[in-house]
Amino acid sequence: MMKRFAASPLLWPALALVALLAVNVVLTPSFLSIRVQDGHLFGSLVDILRNGAPTMLVALGMTLVIASRGIDLSVGAVVAVSGALACAHIASATDPASAGTVITAMGIALGVAVGLGLWNGMLVSVFGVQPIIATLVLMTAGRGIALLITDGQIVTITSAPFKVLGAGYAFGLPVAILVSLSVFAVVGLLTRRTALGMLLESVGINPEASRLAGVRHRSIVFAVYVFCALCAGVAGLMIASNISAADANNAGLWIEMDAILAVVIGGTSLLGGRFSLTGTILGALIIQTLTTTVYTAGITPETTLVFKALVVIAVCLLQAPKFRAVVSRGRSRKIPRRPNPAPGSASSGAQPRPIAEPTSGPAPSASVMVTK
Amino acid sequence: MTAPIPGRSDAPVVHMRDVSIDFPGVKALDGVDFRLLPGEIHALMGENGAGKSTLIKALTGVYDIDSGSITIDGVEQRFSGPRQAQDAGISTVYQEVNLCANLTVAENILLGREPRRRGRIDYRAMNRRAAELLGELDLTIDPSSTLGAHPIALQQLVAIARATAVSARVLILDEPTSSLDADEVAELFRVMRRLRDGGTAILFVSHFLDQVYEISDRMTVLRNGRLVGEYPTAALDRVELVAAMLGHELDLLEEIADTVATSSSRADETVLSVRDLARPPAVHPMDLDVHRGEVVGLAGLLGSGRTELARLLFGADRAASGRMMVNGKTTTLRSPRAAIAKGFAFSSEDRKSEGIVGDLTIRDNLVLALQARRGFARPLSKRAKDDLVGRYMEALDIRPRDPWALVKNLSGGNQQKVLLARWLITEPQLFILDEPTRGIDVGAKAQIQKLVAELATDGMGVVFISAELDEVARISDRIAVLRDGHCIAQVGTECTVRELTALIAGGSDR
Repeated sequence: MMKRFAASPLLWPALALVALLAVNVVLTPSFLSIRVQDGHLFGSLVDILRNGAPTMLVALGMTLVIASRGIDLSVGAVVAVSGALACAHIASATDPASAGTVITAMGIALGVAVGLGLWNGMLVSVFGVQPIIATLVLMTAGRGIALLITDGQIVTITSAPFKVLGAGYAFGLPVAILVSLSVFAVVGLLTRRTALGMLLESVGINPEASRLAGVRHRSIVFAVYVFCALCAGVAGLMIASNISAADANNAGLWIEMDAILAVVIGGTSLLGGRFSLTGTILGALIIQTLTTTVYTAGITPETTLVFKALVVIAVCLLQAPKFRAVVSRGRSRKIPRRPNPAPGSASSGAQPRPIAEPTSGPAPSASVMVTK
Repeated sequence: MTAPIPGRSDAPVVHMRDVSIDFPGVKALDGVDFRLLPGEIHALMGENGAGKSTLIKALTGVYDIDSGSITIDGVEQRFSGPRQAQDAGISTVYQEVNLCANLTVAENILLGREPRRRGRIDYRAMNRRAAELLGELDLTIDPSSTLGAHPIALQQLVAIARATAVSARVLILDEPTSSLDADEVAELFRVMRRLRDGGTAILFVSHFLDQVYEISDRMTVLRNGRLVGEYPTAALDRVELVAAMLGHELDLLEEIADTVATSSSRADETVLSVRDLARPPAVHPMDLDVHRGEVVGLAGLLGSGRTELARLLFGADRAASGRMMVNGKTTTLRSPRAAIAKGFAFSSEDRKSEGIVGDLTIRDNLVLALQARRGFARPLSKRAKDDLVGRYMEALDIRPRDPWALVKNLSGGNQQKVLLARWLITEPQLFILDEPTRGIDVGAKAQIQKLVAELATDGMGVVFISAELDEVARISDRIAVLRDGHCIAQVGTECTVRELTALIAGGSDR
């Protein structure tokens, strides 16, 4: 399996990432340097990992949804709801800094996120609503719900345990990236070490054929939406934890777009089927590096989105077979090289245009293949 | 066939000389000459893999030729795309109707050539023009009706009308009859004769020999990418034709006959027994028994309920009423999963959309059903997979012998074998086969027929559906004849194809 994946699909995203990093090194020679301070790692690369963690997580969930032939536009809204719920609970608690409060807050947030995933999954897999419409409902409504939870305010909190997820360190690395990479590892094992990945791809490529082959297509589709919402829920907690606040208006805004882009850059087709989690991780890193690059290059934030678009177009074009064919044209045209063979020379029974002799015997009436 | 053939002496409208096309590892066309005369219906014959599709694709500009020349109306052409082939007067109607079902008939016919007035589409003129074109073919279809509302047969005729709208000199019909019933075929042939008499050169591809003999004036036979010969239809009888298409493989057919003849060693155990099974309007209450080691054929026309019955037996659709017993125990099948758990297997007639998972490898396709039954948490080990895949690719002679090849790139016959292998790996006790030999080459067909016979000999119960009566008659131990959703007779092996035909046609209004 690995050798098939490693060959070309991941090549371009990997090269794009390296190129972006190189640009950064030119702009800021100290870009790659990592220093240790208080036992923690610091540096631009670490920042990229930490800030990219939520997108990475959401993109992992999105990869599975897209592999099932679906799409989940509601992840940004789920991010907002999750953060809002956690912060609202902590803010109203008598002891915001206790571990119990934080665990309860996270439990509530993730529980609701799973509930929202169940809603999406039900609409898509049970009622057969088109995924883009089904999740558009929650994309619109979810942010409204988040605003209701926070009363339209930015809820700020002071809770050291809650801050760990988004801003804390463990083993010298940001906790957020450790969480995202753990999820990546778990999903990777779950899809490639069990048959889940193959069954999911099968459902994404041909749902009806999969159903007739006995694949639990509905359960699988249901499950990926729940998982995607759960990832978004965790990402919401990370974002809220990082800034110690719930901003229902801006938390996770456009993260669905970044996640979808990460998936596409990673080489997973929006048509469903074959997916690459590693590609998605690369895609998420590219997007985050790009954002960082734009800031460090001193380009105004307004133009960030334009730069993102340019890089995305470049990577996607490089992945498109037609574009690659156009680029490498010149050696594509095959040259006729065979000399004219002597007609009727072959011993293979290929004789140009013999005319059959009329036969005298009667032809079988029903068919030549009748043997009864 | 008796119709006069005007313009027979004319120079060929299409003349391909010594055309070769190479694919990696295989010569799809190898120095083939082909002539298509104006005002003739020319059948292109050969197994799958003989080069029929490749020749058509070369002619329609889909493939670039590697050597040789293509002359249209005496002018040498080098197509770089389908558009240029169309501009040169070559139109194609493919097996699957590729029109827009949600547009009107007129919009489909004139798509891309809509009459305009002041930059806007003139719908009245468009409907009028479409009606004219349909009228030329003697078709009475309302041009303003939605295409999707019509049966496939009519849609196909609309596709032909669309082809003639560009005043095509050459019309290519690739397996146009594979989903049509007898009346519809007759209608299509009427239109084809009309076009021929108007001077259009028609290239016709079909694997129904009856139809080829009924409609074609001349034929060209290909085998393994080479030209076998070009013949007037009247000068080549069926045995000679099949011999030309097959070469040596006729022996295999004889072998099946032997296998079937000896496979009477069936135990009297009933695998499946249904009573009054129904799902109106397609299937009215029916009884059917399948015993261990028995092949039960379902014979009937398209729409007789044969496919619908097969789907009911597998739980792909739910029965509205009736009882079902599996191994003597009453059961209800709510889903294919439930049927698979009982040891059922089902190969759908629609290989592409209900069978293969095209973007997965042969390997994954083969283990799909077994893996689905085991559940995702109990994956087959790499070793077990390798073993199963190797064994079944070998046993069914699946080509290419590369388990990592994507199934969508295989030929129809090999895709069908992959499907059969997928189910055989689950070791079913009942195998429901809906048109397993449709649209595949004669060699693979013979292999599959032989396999079915062997499976029954080994004790499997088989339900076998085929549009080709002689195939059903040859393979089945017993045949249930369906008509309009009713099972009108169950006959044994003593019934001849002629008698079967009479039963199917029946005393109805057909």
